Amino acid sequence: MMIAYDVDYYNPTTIEEATQLFHRLVEEGKKPVYYAGGTEIITLARSERLDLDAIINIKSIHECLLAYSDENEITLGAALSLTQVIKTNFFPLLNQTIAQIADQTSRNQITLGGNICGDIFYREAALPFLITESKAVIANRTGIKEYPFKSIFNQKLQLSNEDLLVQLKVKKNEVNFPFYTVKKRKQWDVGYPLITVAAVKKKEQLKVAFSGLCNFPFHDVNIDKRINDPSLTAKERLDGVLNALSSPVLSDVHGSMDYRHFVLKNLLQEVVDAFKGAKT
Amino acid sequence: MTSRIVTLSINNDQYHVHVRNIDTLLFTIREKIGLTGTKPGCLNGDCGACTVNINGEAIKSCLMLTVEAENKCITTIEGLQDTTIQKAFIEKFAFQCGYCTPGFIMNGNDLIHNEPNASDSMIKSYLESNICRCTGYQEIEEAVKEALTNNNYDNR
Repeated sequence: MMIAYDVDYYNPTTIEEATQLFHRLVEEGKKPVYYAGGTEIITLARSERLDLDAIINIKSIHECLLAYSDENEITLGAALSLTQVIKTNFFPLLNQTIAQIADQTSRNQITLGGNICGDIFYREAALPFLITESKAVIANRTGIKEYPFKSIFNQKLQLSNEDLLVQLKVKKNEVNFPFYTVKKRKQWDVGYPLITVAAVKKKEQLKVAFSGLCNFPFHDVNIDKRINDPSLTAKERLDGVLNALSSPVLSDVHGSMDYRHFVLKNLLQEVVDAFKGAKT
Repeated sequence: MTSRIVTLSINNDQYHVHVRNIDTLLFTIREKIGLTGTKPGCLNGDCGACTVNINGEAIKSCLMLTVEAENKCITTIEGLQDTTIQKAFIEKFAFQCGYCTPGFIMNGNDLIHNEPNASDSMIKSYLESNICRCTGYQEIEEAVKEALTNNNYDNR
């Protein structure tokens, strides 16, 4: 029941304090981690699968807790819990996607940034940002920068060791496009997902992002091309999608590769059907 | 410093306890403070047996550090004596072995206060946070619905 090793604990209140502290601890030879919801860090620490000796809690940093909408964009702090993000109702596709993560009580703890940056590979919260004009706000001791989300997310968020994800931003006009998202599990309504899909229809073209299909979440324009090709039959689309994948389809305890192929085929049809008649 | 003295407010009582920074709230509540109504189950955030209420929200205490809970209002199952939700669980006989019951009651209490007009799908969504190995879900659902009705009646 106890976690077997000791850690230092810090609770900075500013980005500058947190990033300077992280740098100082690294220079002292320590292994700090940024901490928000803590669900994954505590789980991994308990089973001794995480090597750390300092925790920097970012939940007292104002910028990491902001949630607001202005004329041009929506800003969501990385340390907001999934429940808090859902309550803002700013980004319906994100809301529906993250409402399927874990369970109600866990969503009170899991944070937006934690899900995107986590080691557990599903990272479903990244999907809506991959298919919309979105940005990641990242801080380190040299300052704060904004990056197009798609440019900095390749299988996982490409953070350097000392980077802190502060916020996610999405262009306001992007959140009004028709969307569809669904999570398929092998059985029941809780438990680990098999495949999660998030899709938007923009300028009459579908953009589809996947989690659980490979061992990382992704959006691939080559797959979009196949899905949007009206000359292809459903089977040709599926074959095209499978041929366009840059990594093998996952085969694990939650579903074999063949079973995922089967689920994907039906999912793609479900996505296409969901947008029939939707004008953008 | 890998440990510290923290002040915890639990069920309106103040506790000053020496904890390691890595201690989970579940460990501290049970082993340092002696409130053993909060149950250790999976220790992994899956079963909900360790659910407590922090500042009005249900939280799995196996996945929260004690140091995070300082200056927050903590309620454990011991703090819900004679409440609407507790009475409903008794009336509907919504327990068998009873091990998961504190977690379900904490979660149900969160629901009736934060979602007083909860739909069936909302109730289902909340109850998915907890596992009953005796599979007494039908009675648990009935108890939560009864508590929702009675709580709304009490609040008129």
